[in-house]
Amino acid sequence: MKKLHSAFGLTIGLAALTLVSQSALAFKVFVSNEKENTVSVIDSETLEVVHTIKTGQRPRGIILANEGKWVIVCTSDDNELQVYDAKTYELVKRLPSGPDPELPILHSSGNPLYVSNEDDNLVTVVDIMKGNVITDVPVGVEPEGMGISPDGKILVNTSETTNMAHFIDTATFKTVDNVLVDNRPRVAQFTPDGKQVWVSAEIGSSVTIIDAETKKIVSKITFEIQGVSKDAIQPVGIRFTKDGKKAFLATGPANRVAVIDTATYKVEKYLLVGQRVWNLGFTPDDKLLFTTNGASNDVSVIDVEALKVVKSIKVGRYPWGVVVAP
Amino acid sequence: MTIAVGWPSAGTGRSRVTARLLLAMVATGLMISAPQSSRAEEAPAPPAPATPATEPAAAPESAPAGDVQTVPILLVRELRDKPPPLSLLDVPPPDDGVGGAKLAVADNNTTGKFLKQNFTLDVVQDAKPEVLVAAAVKRVEEGVGFLIADLEPKTLLMLADAIKDKNAIIFNAGTPDDSVREEQCRPNVKHTAPSRTMLADALAQYMAWKRWSRWFLVVGPTDEDKAYAEALRRAAKRFGLKIVEERTFAYDPGSRRSDGGFEQIQQQIPQFTQKVPEYDVTAVADEGQLFSEYFPYRTWDARPVIGTAGLYAASWHPAIELWGGTQFQNRFKRMNGRLMRPLDYDIWEAVRVVGEAATRKKSADPKELISYIKSPEFELAAFKGQKLTFRSWNGQLRQPILLVTGKAHVTVSPQPGFLHQVSELDTLGYDKPESKCKGYDK
Repeated sequence: MKKLHSAFGLTIGLAALTLVSQSALAFKVFVSNEKENTVSVIDSETLEVVHTIKTGQRPRGIILANEGKWVIVCTSDDNELQVYDAKTYELVKRLPSGPDPELPILHSSGNPLYVSNEDDNLVTVVDIMKGNVITDVPVGVEPEGMGISPDGKILVNTSETTNMAHFIDTATFKTVDNVLVDNRPRVAQFTPDGKQVWVSAEIGSSVTIIDAETKKIVSKITFEIQGVSKDAIQPVGIRFTKDGKKAFLATGPANRVAVIDTATYKVEKYLLVGQRVWNLGFTPDDKLLFTTNGASNDVSVIDVEALKVVKSIKVGRYPWGVVVAP
Repeated sequence: MTIAVGWPSAGTGRSRVTARLLLAMVATGLMISAPQSSRAEEAPAPPAPATPATEPAAAPESAPAGDVQTVPILLVRELRDKPPPLSLLDVPPPDDGVGGAKLAVADNNTTGKFLKQNFTLDVVQDAKPEVLVAAAVKRVEEGVGFLIADLEPKTLLMLADAIKDKNAIIFNAGTPDDSVREEQCRPNVKHTAPSRTMLADALAQYMAWKRWSRWFLVVGPTDEDKAYAEALRRAAKRFGLKIVEERTFAYDPGSRRSDGGFEQIQQQIPQFTQKVPEYDVTAVADEGQLFSEYFPYRTWDARPVIGTAGLYAASWHPAIELWGGTQFQNRFKRMNGRLMRPLDYDIWEAVRVVGEAATRKKSADPKELISYIKSPEFELAAFKGQKLTFRSWNGQLRQPILLVTGKAHVTVSPQPGFLHQVSELDTLGYDKPESKCKGYDK
């Protein structure tokens, strides 16, 4: 049985390799380099940096918009969002935000955009087409993580010093619930089926799983890695595979990505990546996962099926966010 | 609203800030976050946000005032008569520490508005320890359970003993003195300010890492200077460093200010530092900042200066932007119109401990909150890159220590390689086996 198993594994591994090389044609990986004021563009086939976009000051949160035609970057120290053409890399326009925008997220319809302003206890709602601010929503101290329900009805924002996940009704812009989580929540992410919200707590060293309907805490995941001090395990970025079966979690200075089974909440594996891993981005086909490793100035590439780190790519200084365009 | 206005200057006895209703707090929070003047020195003004200022639109549906839990906090400040420090940059502002308390109360209230909790801050200040202690005891008798102390060691002990049977806890943010954490420890006192031994150990670890292991120690005349020198000696021994020579700098402060003065100093310091056996660094112990600033660039031999000038250890520094500190510094600047100092930070931590406990326990009952703060479950996030917890044996808050110069940080201790079976933070200061604090948990 065991033999059969490993032979099977090998086949899968080979298949994965083949798929990796096939999947390649299309994707571009955009990585914001916080300290360098640039965005590195990586070709997902050659896994090489093909272009470097010069941006405003302190680029952090990065997303795609306008059906993948735009890359929107929070240039935190310029107190605005910058929109770049995903093909030509030219600056298309600038969008307003509050002071120190950190993480943006789009309504599931593609507009508006919600951005957490770390320096103002506000979430700003921006019409990305018209380029104006629709409203601001007061939240806790140091808003950070942003998650949107698949139907776009609920926005979840986390506040790093208030230690809450704020559930905001996107129709009324009112907070409908506030769920206390562990210290310094960083990222909030809805599961693909919209039933749960996962919130990572950097200092609390945990992931809290909240039922999206009842807003009750369903479970809490904590971590133990042999040879790594507990204080160094600082969860940040969370991404789910499209089928919702696996969650990938960046653990900061523990330098690992945890692979979590979403049915059992158990960590299946820790993948060693670069230093101070913060954010994660899948290719649209879910075959590769890119991680931003702030302290080692590189991006690790994870083969999602094989659960192996296949390459590290040197990017700019202090890579922060990552998004992959078709 | 009153939080936004200035504080009565030192000596007016007692000043009071009350934030009453949720809505008032929300409005205050938003008001103080946007004074134009302090924004100007930061990044270019952001595009005007739509309309946040006056309407607390999306704050939780307001509850009847009766449902609000109120958590009163008292800051007890001893006004000391100390000679001004050598550098104009080091002169403490009149609201030193109070600024940190105000920010923490505002931070607590931003969270509190979601949980129907309201934190209030009162300040009692006086130069006479007895008057101060009496005023604080009176407030404790009225039900205040949380006292933040910016006091001399003796006054701290006096206050701790005066309320020892009461439902109250003291957070020492004002003195680094080791004896109040060790031989003289009191079970109703927690310490957010780092101890002298923590500061000295932090410095010594980095010296060991640098292999700058031969120290020339210069000690000032005050008791504080001697205590700090003792902490340096202890640290040197712990980390395998050597004090090759020790000299006392008998200093008569005279007037801090005079036209000129450097001409003589330029002669005196080289002379004072002559004929020291081969050494790597000059370590100066001068907590009052009265003479150590004379040493950098003036020693006979070309040696860096550490201790209370040159490279020094601190819980905070106004230029720190590590671990999300930028927004924290900005909030402080906007609210107080000045930079955040270590005392502000130590007091901010103390007030946040109360806030964190109230948030987690969803309670305002001092008894319940104190018991949670004393439990091993308690932890605090405080812009130090990891959670901070209290040592069970003497109530000291474990924390990474910054090693800084006047302008920026150089490193953060504990240094890599200094290992510990429980927490690397316990390589700084008195560890459990060596602690002389008895009966802390009783």
